Amino acid sequence: MGHPTATRLKRIFAVPLLIAAVSLVGLVAALMGNGVFDVLSWLALAVPLAATVWAMKVRRR
Amino acid sequence: MKARTIRIWSAIHKWTSLISTLFMLMLCVTGLPLIFHDEIDDALNPDSWAAANPGGPLLDLDQILERALANRPGEVPLYMSFDIERPVINVTTGPTPDAPGSAMHFASFDATSGNLVPPKTGGAFMEVILQLHTDMFLGLPGMLFLGAMGVLLIAAVVSGVVLYAPFMRKLEFGTVRSSRSSRVKWLDYHNLLGVVTVAWLSVVGLTGVINTLEAPIIDAWKYNALADLTAPYEGQGVPDEMASLDAAVARAQAAAPGMQLQFVAFPGGTFSTDHHYAVFFHGDTPLTEHLITPALMNAETGALDGIRPMPWYAKALSLSRPLHFGDYGGLPLKILWAMLDILTIIVLGSGVYLWLTRKRSVTAEARRAGGIDVGPGATAVAE
Repeated sequence: MGHPTATRLKRIFAVPLLIAAVSLVGLVAALMGNGVFDVLSWLALAVPLAATVWAMKVRRR
Repeated sequence: MKARTIRIWSAIHKWTSLISTLFMLMLCVTGLPLIFHDEIDDALNPDSWAAANPGGPLLDLDQILERALANRPGEVPLYMSFDIERPVINVTTGPTPDAPGSAMHFASFDATSGNLVPPKTGGAFMEVILQLHTDMFLGLPGMLFLGAMGVLLIAAVVSGVVLYAPFMRKLEFGTVRSSRSSRVKWLDYHNLLGVVTVAWLSVVGLTGVINTLEAPIIDAWKYNALADLTAPYEGQGVPDEMASLDAAVARAQAAAPGMQLQFVAFPGGTFSTDHHYAVFFHGDTPLTEHLITPALMNAETGALDGIRPMPWYAKALSLSRPLHFGDYGGLPLKILWAMLDILTIIVLGSGVYLWLTRKRSVTAEARRAGGIDVGPGATAVAE
């Protein structure tokens, strides 16, 4: 085992957790209000899509 | 991760996915047009309708109800709802107060004249899609079955996240090995798209499951919260003579200041008791507009018997609707919803492909990915 398990899990799940947290903020934001809350939800829910496009461009090999 | 642990989670992922995939594909495909339900309706129905007497006095609710019942002789009223942007009142009638959805009749009336408003065209197609998506034309059993498929989906998501770890042990987030075999490439896409959509799909899946429990939730609410209101009238059935609806609704509105009238459920139906007009209001802020509160108006006297805020499980049902449909943040949110839906379709499709092209055991595959603990130094030795 190169790394202790906790460090390894942190490395594997850091980005997915961040994307999940941002997505949840987006899902709730549009419920909380209109206007700026809607814009926040659009930006936040665009993150999983942006991450996909980024991975396909940058991490393709 | 130990080989045995991976085998167990892999079995959970495989079986929950295999059983639910076909239904999930159907739900994702039918869900796609349903996201844009309003836009499709508007496109098919260019706004040619105009009130007979714009700005004129409005008929009262008793007069509208009279027109609706004259239009459907022998039927009883079930629901009355109110258009927001035009002076139109919709009345749903049926042969009996507890008529099933398929036997209900929906008609819209011009509140300035009492004339029928022609029904929207193209509604039939979207209605079929909606029925397919809700219960596959099988009523409550179909709805509960799809709810069970939703529970399997959630188990597949959880087990998928667990399996993500051993498969990504030696890979950077988002790696797509497109120069390797087609199977490796699609494994990477399955992992990438699956993991970025986890939060969204969990919320849409969970709220979908809650929506399938609508009937039991409403029953529980009536049984628990309205029991004291119905007890005095036990066994009397729906009253023959009913008080003025218009006066009852006006009284309810006076008792619910700052709330918006949403719909009226007539005595004997799903959303009311045998002895009350249930007048439903929603809040007027974005957060409270999805939460409904009924005023129970005695149908014989028109008096207010009580305003009952919904219990937590009924509130959860109310909030589950927007969170499932994605219709609460304008068109951009709907477009994002549709794109996440398409990513989910790719996750489902690639999952089936990975299953069809499986060659090695999952543990052999995880060992190749460096995700199995076989002792100190294992990662260095593994490929």
